[in-house]
Amino acid sequence: MHRLHAPHNQPSGDESPAEAVATTRRALIGTAAGLGAAALVAPGVVLHTLSAQAETAPITNKSRWGLLIETDKCAEGCRACIEACDHEHGLDRQVPEGSPSKWEQQKAVWIRKVKLQDNQTGRITQLPLMCQHCEHPPCVDVCPTGASFKRADGIVMVDRHLCIGCRYCMMACPYKARSFIHHNTTGQLTAVPRGKGCVESCNLCVHRRDYGQDSTACADACAATGHHAILFGDLKDPESPIRRRMREIQNRQIREDLGLNTGVRYAGI
Amino acid sequence: MKRIVYREWRIPPQRYWSLIGYLAALIGIGALSFGYMEHEGHWVTGMSNSVVWGMPHVFAVFLIVSASGALNIASIGTVFKKPIYKPLGRLSGLLAVALLVGGLLILVTDLGRPERLIVAMTHYNFSSIFAWNIYLYTGFMAIVIAYLWSMADRQGAPFNYPIGVFALIWRLALTTGTGSIFGFLVARQAYDAAILGPMFVALSLAYGLAVFMLVLFFCFEEEGRSIGPRVLRRLRNLLALFVAVVLYFVLIYHLTNLYMAKKDAFEHWLLLGGGFYTFVFWVGWILVGNLVPLWILYHPALSEQRNWIIAACTLVILGGLAAMYVIIIGSQAFPLAMFPGHTILESGFNDGVQGAAASYWPSIPEVLLGIGGVALSLLIILVGVRVLQFLPESLADEVVAPDEEQLAEAVAVKPA
Repeated sequence: MHRLHAPHNQPSGDESPAEAVATTRRALIGTAAGLGAAALVAPGVVLHTLSAQAETAPITNKSRWGLLIETDKCAEGCRACIEACDHEHGLDRQVPEGSPSKWEQQKAVWIRKVKLQDNQTGRITQLPLMCQHCEHPPCVDVCPTGASFKRADGIVMVDRHLCIGCRYCMMACPYKARSFIHHNTTGQLTAVPRGKGCVESCNLCVHRRDYGQDSTACADACAATGHHAILFGDLKDPESPIRRRMREIQNRQIREDLGLNTGVRYAGI
Repeated sequence: MKRIVYREWRIPPQRYWSLIGYLAALIGIGALSFGYMEHEGHWVTGMSNSVVWGMPHVFAVFLIVSASGALNIASIGTVFKKPIYKPLGRLSGLLAVALLVGGLLILVTDLGRPERLIVAMTHYNFSSIFAWNIYLYTGFMAIVIAYLWSMADRQGAPFNYPIGVFALIWRLALTTGTGSIFGFLVARQAYDAAILGPMFVALSLAYGLAVFMLVLFFCFEEEGRSIGPRVLRRLRNLLALFVAVVLYFVLIYHLTNLYMAKKDAFEHWLLLGGGFYTFVFWVGWILVGNLVPLWILYHPALSEQRNWIIAACTLVILGGLAAMYVIIIGSQAFPLAMFPGHTILESGFNDGVQGAAASYWPSIPEVLLGIGGVALSLLIILVGVRVLQFLPESLADEVVAPDEEQLAEAVAVKPA
C-alpha cells in the first residue's frame, strides 16, 4: 500500500538502482515537459493579456456605427467591397460543394452588389447591400434564444454559441442579409468564428471596432479604388464625416415603411 | 343509450407487430435522414439562403396544426357538452399529444444545430413567438395528459370540465401562435398578415378532424368495431363545416391582399404566374383539399358511404400538405420586395432578378425526415390504443348518446 502512495518523483529506499534511475529520469522529463509547456504557453498568456486590453473596454451607446452609401459613386462591375469583406472575414476560404448553381444558392454572402432599374424612368442604380443594422432589428425580435443581438453601439450580430440554426431570423430580415452555413467550414479566422449550422451576417467589422480601428473593410476597399461610395462612421457624432455628409445629401433607408431606423443609409435610390 | 365501455385495441399480435415494424422502419429511415443531414450539413437539402425552411417544416407544421385540431373532438364533448362526442374524447387527446410529438421532433431535427436544444430550453427571448411556442407546446402536452386523466380516472372526473375549458383556450392560443410565426413577419409579402393566426386555427380544425377520422375508421375497421351512421354523419358534417371555414379564410386572406396595392405583385404571382406554386395552390390546396372534399361531403349519395368519407378525409390531408407547401415554401420563394417600383437587373445573392422566384426542390432526405415524424406520431397512437383504453368498444347508434336535437324534441312533446 505504501508503495502505491509513494510520490513518483521520489525513489523509495527499497527500489533497485535501475528503477531509481528510471524514476529519476521520468521526473526529469516531467519537469522538462512542464517547463517547456510553460515556456510555450506563458508568452501566449502574456500576449493575450496585453492585447486583450483594447477588447475589454466596455461597449457604450455613445456611438452608433453605420454606413452611408452614395449609389451614384458605386461603379458598374466593381467588386472591391465584396472581395475585401470576403477576405476580412474568411468567406473566401469557403470551399464550394455541390453543383455550381447549388453553391450559388447556399454559400454565405455578407455583402452583395445589386443593380436596379427604375420601372418608370429606366434609371439604373448600383448599390452594395448588407445587414442594415436596424435600431429595431426584426431578427433580434424573433430569435428564440437571444443569439441575434444588438450591441450598445448599434451593431447587430449573431452569438454563434447561442444560435441553434432555426433560421427564423432569416425569415424575419427584410433585407435578406443573413446567410445560413450549410456546409462544414474550414480555415476560419480567429477573429471571425464561423461554423456549420449557424446563421451569420455583416457585423460592421466588429473586430476592428474593438481594436479601435475607425473603418470597415468594404469602406476601405471602396476608397482604395477611388470611388468613395461607402462611408463608415458614428451616426451619433454630429461632427463625424458620415454625419456631415448625411446633412449635405439626401439619403434614405431601404424599406423605410417598416420604421426600423437602419444604420445603413443610401443616397440616390 | 348504454354505458360506454373502453377497451384496448385487440387486433391479432401478428398484425399489430407488423404495423409496428412498418412504422419503426419508416422512423429508422427518418432517423438516418436526420443523421445524414446533420452530418453533411443542410447543403444536401434543397434549402438555400432564399428558401430557408423546406419540406421538414411542411410536415412539422402540418402535424402541429393537426395536433391542436385533433383535440377539438374532446372539446366538443366536454366544453360544448355534446354527449355524442364524449366517447371519442380519449382518442382525441391521444392524437393531440402524438401528432405534436411527431411534429416537434421534425422541427428539432431540422435545426442547424440540433444538439443545442438545451440552449433553446435555457435561453429565452420573450419577444420571439418561437420562445412562446416552446411553452405553448410543452404546456399543451401537460394539459392534454391531465385532460386524459380526467377522462379516464374516476377521481379526475370532477376536473374534466375545467381542464377541458383550459385545454380549449390553450389549443386556440397554440394554433394562433403557430400561425403567428408567419403572420407577424413584416419582411415578406405573403406573411405580415394577422389573419394568418385565425386562419391557422381554421386549418387545424379541418386537418385535425380529418386525421382523427382516418385513425378512428382504421382502428375500428381493423378490429371489427362498429361505427353507427349517427356518429359518421356527425363527423362528416363537422368536417364539411371546417373545410368550408378554411375556404372562407383563404378567400378573405387573398381578397385583403388583392386590395393592397403593395401586395399586388405577390398575389399576381401566386394566383396566376407562379408556375408550380400556382398549380399547388389551385389544384392541391383549393381543388383537392377543399372543393372536392366539400362536394363529396355534401353529395346526397356519396356522403352516406364510408369509403367516400374516407376519401374526403384523405383529400383534406393531402390538401393540407399542399396548403403548407404554399404557405411555407411559396411565400419564401417569392422575392422580398425591397425596392418598390424597381426591377432588379443583377444581384449577387439571388434577390429575384427580373422578379424571378427562388428555386427550391425538396430533397429525398427532407421528405423522409418528414415521413419519419409522421410515422412516429402513428407509432405513439398505435401503442397507445393497444396498451391503454382509448377506444370505445362500439360507436353504434344504440350505444352512443341520443342527438341533443331529438332529446329537446322529446322533452317538448312530453306532457307537463
